[in-house]
Amino acid sequence: MHIAEGFLPPAHAVAWGVASAPFVVHGARSLTREVREHPESTLLLGASGAFTFVLSALKLPSVTGSCSHPTGTGLGAILFRPPVMAVLGTITLLFQALLLAHGGLTTLGANVFSMAIVGPWAGYAVYKLLRRFDVPLMVAVFFAAFFADLSTYCVTSVQLALAFPDPGSGFLGALGKFGSIFAVTQIPLAVSEGLLTVLVMRLLVQSSKGELTRLGVLLAEKRSRTEAGAEAVTR
Amino acid sequence: MSRNTKINVLLLVLVAALAVLPLALGLGDHKKEPFTGSDGEAETAITEIEPDYKPWFSPLYEPPSGEIESALFSLQAALGAGVLAYYFGLRRGRRQGEQRALERAAASQDRDTAEESTVERA
Repeated sequence: MHIAEGFLPPAHAVAWGVASAPFVVHGARSLTREVREHPESTLLLGASGAFTFVLSALKLPSVTGSCSHPTGTGLGAILFRPPVMAVLGTITLLFQALLLAHGGLTTLGANVFSMAIVGPWAGYAVYKLLRRFDVPLMVAVFFAAFFADLSTYCVTSVQLALAFPDPGSGFLGALGKFGSIFAVTQIPLAVSEGLLTVLVMRLLVQSSKGELTRLGVLLAEKRSRTEAGAEAVTR
Repeated sequence: MSRNTKINVLLLVLVAALAVLPLALGLGDHKKEPFTGSDGEAETAITEIEPDYKPWFSPLYEPPSGEIESALFSLQAALGAGVLAYYFGLRRGRRQGEQRALERAAASQDRDTAEESTVERA
């Protein structure tokens, strides 16, 4: 999903930058508020950012015979809501643009829009929708991560098709071309990302019940501590 | 192995299988260069659509070789994995500590109730 440095015409580069900026600024505000109000969540925030760092460095082979990487933004979007991921995703993309010549500064706006904004929001929307219909937590987590990943690559395809419409078949023709490169390659990778996100969420459920309850991912436990204590005494 | 661990291992095995299958089945064989990055393929597609397009900006820093690039990619993955491992290790340690404290508290409470009942009996 990384559009390479200089590969978007200046007008497009600026437009995507302008579109992304408010989301990142708003995200930075929610991030500082979260840290100020709940300093104990700093660690989990770090872990969510770390998950994006690992997954977006993981280039995996796909059925189309090319390689691509997951994005890892679904997890943080479920835990801390999408605005926070706009910041964590931007940090990851900056790291790759500056040190790895992967993506770029002129295409940062477009790449942030696909990976750090649309991806997290799509994943979050899917998660909320499924949870509203009482779909089990882990199933909802899987599909949230799956769609966060896949939607990112669909947006990249749209961005490139807008900038480079096919001379013969126009925007749709170009969309088909870029879509077959990005979106089709991404389907099995999105499944992998879903499975890995479920794995991390399972580990979180085992290790960080309190935190997940505060963030609204787990419902408050019905058995209160006093009841548990009473049971311990009668035993 | 507990049921929980089994499910976690199964998830990892599935991810590994999804990554290995395209390689094992030779799904890249129809290409001149199998398993290149999709980002690079998009660049090729752009130059196919607009042969005259010239990138108007180049990266400020470019890793001088493939080795340096893969080193920096591993650094990125290692940093992320390190932070994740720290998080889960810390959580596990804290949980064990809390459990031990609870057990100790419960043990002393049991002793107290036992003493109370002997007092009542007497």
